Amino acid sequence: MTKHFSSVFKSTSSVAAIFFLTSSVFFNSSQATEYKSVVSEKSTIGFSYKQMGVGSDGQFKKFTAQISFDPVKPQGAKASFDIDVATIDIGSDQGNDEVQGKGWFNVKAFPRATFVATQIKSTNTNQFEVTGNLTIKGQTKEIKFPMKYVQQSNMGLFTGSLTIHRVDFAIGEGSWSKFDVVANEVQINFNVTAQAVK
Amino acid sequence: MTNTYTTTAKALHWLIALLIFCMIPLGFVMTDMDFSPEKLQYYSWHKWAGVSVFLLSLIRLVWRVLNPPPELPEQMNQRLKFLAHMGHYALYMLCFIIPVSGWLMSSAKGVQTVWFGVLPIPDLLVKDKALGAQLAELHETLNWILVATITVHIIAALKHQFIDKDNLLTRILPKPSFFK
Repeated sequence: MTKHFSSVFKSTSSVAAIFFLTSSVFFNSSQATEYKSVVSEKSTIGFSYKQMGVGSDGQFKKFTAQISFDPVKPQGAKASFDIDVATIDIGSDQGNDEVQGKGWFNVKAFPRATFVATQIKSTNTNQFEVTGNLTIKGQTKEIKFPMKYVQQSNMGLFTGSLTIHRVDFAIGEGSWSKFDVVANEVQINFNVTAQAVK
Repeated sequence: MTNTYTTTAKALHWLIALLIFCMIPLGFVMTDMDFSPEKLQYYSWHKWAGVSVFLLSLIRLVWRVLNPPPELPEQMNQRLKFLAHMGHYALYMLCFIIPVSGWLMSSAKGVQTVWFGVLPIPDLLVKDKALGAQLAELHETLNWILVATITVHIIAALKHQFIDKDNLLTRILPKPSFFK
């Protein structure tokens, strides 16, 4: 009886061991997934700001991205974003015309805004700190921001937000350069979905 | 039986009148302006004034119920009395409906109304460009109706004063001692 019990116990533990091994292999292989192609229809780059104390928001409707990101090897990750500035939408036609003009984004001279990551560090489970160069209107600034990662079947969701100061990029010059109507702080919110490549 | 409005009723009447006289022209000016910081500022002021008119009108209505206004002159016939009441009723209605239409328009256009930049008025509608444009039309039409109604209101007051000579205007004017 005792012998029988111990053999059952042994076989149970070996089953458990096999299960543990396979599962760890399985999880490892799933975590080693590399995300390489951004699903643009499921990705947004938006921003929010204050205008006369009123929270307002907008977005850039078109951008392209090149990423290569493995959650378990963030140090080898690459990410670069290229935003079509003319696709800015702040909710009104008159406003959209205005922000494309010289005083704001000067889209004719600077049609693209870019972000190139230079370092991605893991800070916690599924949380990272991204450092990189943001270029808007020909001005480049190094920025650093937290990013969250969530896996959804074969998709990776990358979200985060960061606050920049529009004065750093000369966005809103001349009569707009005071911050009493449009605040200096602008929060950028991104929500990027990327497909896994196995 | 007193023959004049209470001091509170008078104050509310003239305060709301002043706001309306400023904000209707402001409304037409700001919509025609080129995009500029001033334009955004004027929009905010206009909205603040609109919320203020709504709240002051609410206080005014409550005050009116608690402190009934003086009777209309006896020499007015029934038809004129009816028209006078209808006119006042319309003015009150417009003081409520127009700010609400403006608030809904703001809401549909995706720009929240924040009273004096401090007190956010919740957005009742989700952002909808087409609906926003329709509400803008409605807001403008209602304002033209208000302009017409106020014009009739002023003409009627002047008629009482200078043609009927019934001194009706003094009911709403500050006491003569106020000017001394």
